[in-house]
Amino acid sequence: MTHEEWVDPEIVRPYVVTRGRTEPVRGSFDLISLAVAVGGPPGPEAGLDPEHLSIARLCREPISVAEIAARLDLPAGTIRVLLGDLFDQGFVTVQDPQPEVDMQDEKMYRAVLDGLRSL
Amino acid sequence: MVFGRSDRRRLPTAIKILIAGGFGAGKTTMVGSVSETRPLRTEETLTDRSTGVDDISGVEAKRTTTVAMDFGRITMGDDYMLYLFGTPGQERFWFVWDELALGALGAVILADTRRLADCFPSVDYFERRGTPFVVAVNCFEGSPVYELDEVRLALGLDPSIPLVLCDARKRDSSREVLIQLVEHAMKLRAQPVGTTS
Repeated sequence: MTHEEWVDPEIVRPYVVTRGRTEPVRGSFDLISLAVAVGGPPGPEAGLDPEHLSIARLCREPISVAEIAARLDLPAGTIRVLLGDLFDQGFVTVQDPQPEVDMQDEKMYRAVLDGLRSL
Repeated sequence: MVFGRSDRRRLPTAIKILIAGGFGAGKTTMVGSVSETRPLRTEETLTDRSTGVDDISGVEAKRTTTVAMDFGRITMGDDYMLYLFGTPGQERFWFVWDELALGALGAVILADTRRLADCFPSVDYFERRGTPFVVAVNCFEGSPVYELDEVRLALGLDPSIPLVLCDARKRDSSREVLIQLVEHAMKLRAQPVGTTS
């Protein structure tokens, strides 16, 4: 088994942004968990970092973890940690995707078919 | 809180469909042709977590791999948001597939008749996992033309699994493939409203 190994400054940035944390304080966050801002934007008293504020701004419309990561050019794992902070402090609410057991809902399939047909 | 009225926004439910297949089979092309925007790219950084994460001096010693995934979004009214994810091609990223496949509505496996064997691992994977899937033969210019029956035979595909021709560059064609997949998944999994326990 070979691994690609390199020292890349881009690897270090995510760790600095999260202050070395790899797990969110709250929540787990799938790639397609949707987040949206609640209440007003965080003020300076919240003591948040610029990356937190960027995420909060993106969350003015419902947006997935994957999209936040793509828009801010940070790994999804980093976004999970920062989003966890915002969730913990009540600045965003999060909707996790349906677990597999709920894939029996005929209504959901019909809605997706209608959506695709109207594209 | 002074924002009571708009505080509780109902969020749509996100659904994902995976677009799998070998390298160069047209996964990102298909994601792009039906999505609202050009394909976005997200990266999962996978790091050997046994190293103390607070020890910055250890950073350079960590083994780090970055897996990139292309994806797109289709908004379906107020209730649902559909995401299409191109799966990372290399088989050593199976663990990323596991995360992606969890809760997926289903998968499209793109087949390229010039390299048909490239989609065997995807077929095996989704069969084993029980994820509903369809196989779509992406018709590249200059690629050998086979009857669908021949492709089905070559892939050892069960007759119950839909096999279709497509042009991943075309929105209508990609959309038809997705419709086939959703109808197939619905047949396999859905229970009429009211009969779920």
